[in-house]
Amino acid sequence: MNEDEREIVEWVNEYFNDKERWNLIGALQALQKQFGYLPKVGRRAVAARLNMSPANVHAVATFYNQFRFVPPGKYEIKVCLGTACAVKQGKLILDHWKRRLGIDVGEVTEDLEYSLDRVDCVGCCTLAPVTMVGDETLGDMAVTKVDGILLRNQIQKEQEARKAAAQQSQNKPD
Amino acid sequence: MNADWNIDAAREAFKALRDKSHECCELLSNEEASLVLVGAATCGIAAGALEVAEAFKDELEARAIEAKVFEVGCMGHCYAEPMAVVKRPGYPPFVYHHLDKGKARRLVRKFFTEEDPDFENFLGALGDGEDFPTMSMAPRYGGEHRRLLKRCGVHDPKNIEQAVELGAYDGLMEALETGPKKVIESIRESGLRGLGGAGFPTWRKWDACRRRESDEKYIVCNADEGDPGAFMDRTILESDTHAVIAGMIIGGLAIGAKKGYVYVRSEYPLAVDRLKKAIVDARSVNLLGESVLGSGFAFDISVVMGAGAFVCGEETALLASVEGRRGMPRTRPPFPAESGLWGKPTVINNVKTFANVSAILAEGPETFASLGTQTSKGTAVFALAGKVLNTGLVEVPMGATLREVVMDIGGGVPSGKKFKAVQIGGPSGGCLPESLLDTPVDFDALSKAGSMMGSGGMVILDEDNCMVETARFFLEFLQRESCGKCTFCRIGTRHMLDLLTKITEGEGEPEDIDKLQRLAEDVKAGSLCNLGKTAANPVLTTLRFFREEYEAHIKNKECAARQCIALTAYYILPDKCARGCDACVGSCPTEAIWTHEKKRIKIIEQDKCVNCGSCLPVCPPDYDAIVRISPLSELPPSLPRPKKEVSDGKG
Repeated sequence: MNEDEREIVEWVNEYFNDKERWNLIGALQALQKQFGYLPKVGRRAVAARLNMSPANVHAVATFYNQFRFVPPGKYEIKVCLGTACAVKQGKLILDHWKRRLGIDVGEVTEDLEYSLDRVDCVGCCTLAPVTMVGDETLGDMAVTKVDGILLRNQIQKEQEARKAAAQQSQNKPD
Repeated sequence: MNADWNIDAAREAFKALRDKSHECCELLSNEEASLVLVGAATCGIAAGALEVAEAFKDELEARAIEAKVFEVGCMGHCYAEPMAVVKRPGYPPFVYHHLDKGKARRLVRKFFTEEDPDFENFLGALGDGEDFPTMSMAPRYGGEHRRLLKRCGVHDPKNIEQAVELGAYDGLMEALETGPKKVIESIRESGLRGLGGAGFPTWRKWDACRRRESDEKYIVCNADEGDPGAFMDRTILESDTHAVIAGMIIGGLAIGAKKGYVYVRSEYPLAVDRLKKAIVDARSVNLLGESVLGSGFAFDISVVMGAGAFVCGEETALLASVEGRRGMPRTRPPFPAESGLWGKPTVINNVKTFANVSAILAEGPETFASLGTQTSKGTAVFALAGKVLNTGLVEVPMGATLREVVMDIGGGVPSGKKFKAVQIGGPSGGCLPESLLDTPVDFDALSKAGSMMGSGGMVILDEDNCMVETARFFLEFLQRESCGKCTFCRIGTRHMLDLLTKITEGEGEPEDIDKLQRLAEDVKAGSLCNLGKTAANPVLTTLRFFREEYEAHIKNKECAARQCIALTAYYILPDKCARGCDACVGSCPTEAIWTHEKKRIKIIEQDKCVNCGSCLPVCPPDYDAIVRISPLSELPPSLPRPKKEVSDGKG
């Protein structure tokens, strides 16, 4: 068990110290909130604390759409395909994200920058078609807007890199 | 009168609570007070309501104007968000739409300092009056009958005093006075039916559960609004939270339960927060707890978050999920009223059903029963979405026709397009064509037409929507959400989906329609819960009313709505192309459009085109050169793209 895994197990044990919380779905939700996904060691630790088999925990976790088994990317892209968005051609937006990121739904890009998911309605049907980037809700999406978002993030990343480089060169003489 | 409880104490406690609330909320009824109410439910916040509220506060403070800014719930006019109601002495309350920070500041300056109500973003005045155009004069508002939504958007749902002042808990006192039997009798007289979609008489559930002997019973509120495109329950939870809590307490009192659960989607974080706060507030004033209002009747509520599974809207699946298991339905009987949560008698009702209860008891059942049709009483709330002008929540009396809802209140289809169908009842509802628009909104009339009331999602489709693709979309959703317990639902929906996908991709064969029809009937017969039983509805209704579209897809490989990607192509008319303009080239995300060196016309390279449609709106209306063509056999041959230009890639 490495450092990260130990941290997860410790967190799970801490969580269950409160007897009130002995509910499987609630525990998985808390685990995901903490780590962004359900790591395998975490699921096993939950199973051990609730006296269940890991298979049972896995069965429940895979049943519900909320749970994910791979870490999310830095930018979590969620394309809404609820009825209103579907009627307004949200599928084209999803296709374009796939095309640009080179990943399928439920996957993460190799550099862990982007993860792509589809969701069923985020509740702003009047802004359809909608994409969520992290917590930001972007309405009236178009395929060209997808390119715009990618460019914006790329520029942001380059700026940060430059800033960091500048900082480093500044610090060096000291 | 019920002998078990200390009614005198309750009466006194309730009177004290009302008096205290009245004092706290003096502002709301005081004609001399200036108020700004900003609609801040999920939809409003997404549109920027919190910034607008901040701007109001800043500007009022900067100008030292005494006025209170409240964040209130949602009025349901989603098309107009962010909205605010401004009350000033001497004027009726004015409603403003599409505000932003700048407009909020300008409104403060103009209205509060220059006495100019600033009509630029003016929607209408609330109430009656002749001096200003009122909201009730507009069909979008005047055509409605607001019962469930009456407190939504006019009070701060986070403030329990305001909810009490506006009567959210009045029915609870009535219930304590009259006792369980009379409560159920009143609900029976009112004719209230389950508003989650099934329409089962509420009193029958309650009565069956009350008669059951058990040491423990439960009340469960079903707020797992899984239908994509429906948000009535969310709005009520966010904007009139206390009405739901009051309804649950009354339900607990009627059946003899001490504990209630609200099962709410985790996708509704704001609703979860507001519920939790409302429960804490209700406990602090003794509306929940060991002794409700000091009467000796104990009741408490917990919030359980769902984890995203459409099937959990089914009551037995929901119970399994609350217990922490996979949300799979089981056979009924036994019904939950006999054996529900942890094997104890349980009443499960939808958010809207509970939200109705307190008002029914407070006003008397006759008022509710006087609305609606012979078999469906009260009002129906719909979430209008899709190709309709005034999207948002609409509440009409049962029995209003679909035409009134879609055309009058909804304002019809925008941009001069032709109405095609209305899809009612969520994914497993049905698509009804124009010829059935005079169907009244009523549980039985809608089922007869092949659709269903469902939870109240209403999606309007216009001529650009392909019905085969629509059926495929809903079936894809249901297929994914099938829990997998029943073979017909698990495998049958998969086969149906495959057939529909085949048809939309132009691979359909003539016998596929019959296969679909047969499968649909079998899935309906062979499934346990309503997800499977109604999964075939979108296919059956589109087959019934739009069969010619299926046939065109199969025989001619034609999609009349030009929506199915595999059957449609974009084409630039060479005679109309302006040649000098490069708008389409710049808009194309895949560099599929190129310029012919000699003729200067733009040409789409079909192999590269992904049918995204970006070029269509950018072509200036003077030229209008881009068209969509289906079937593909009608696509004129294009000139071949020179190799050099491809490698260059910049054009």
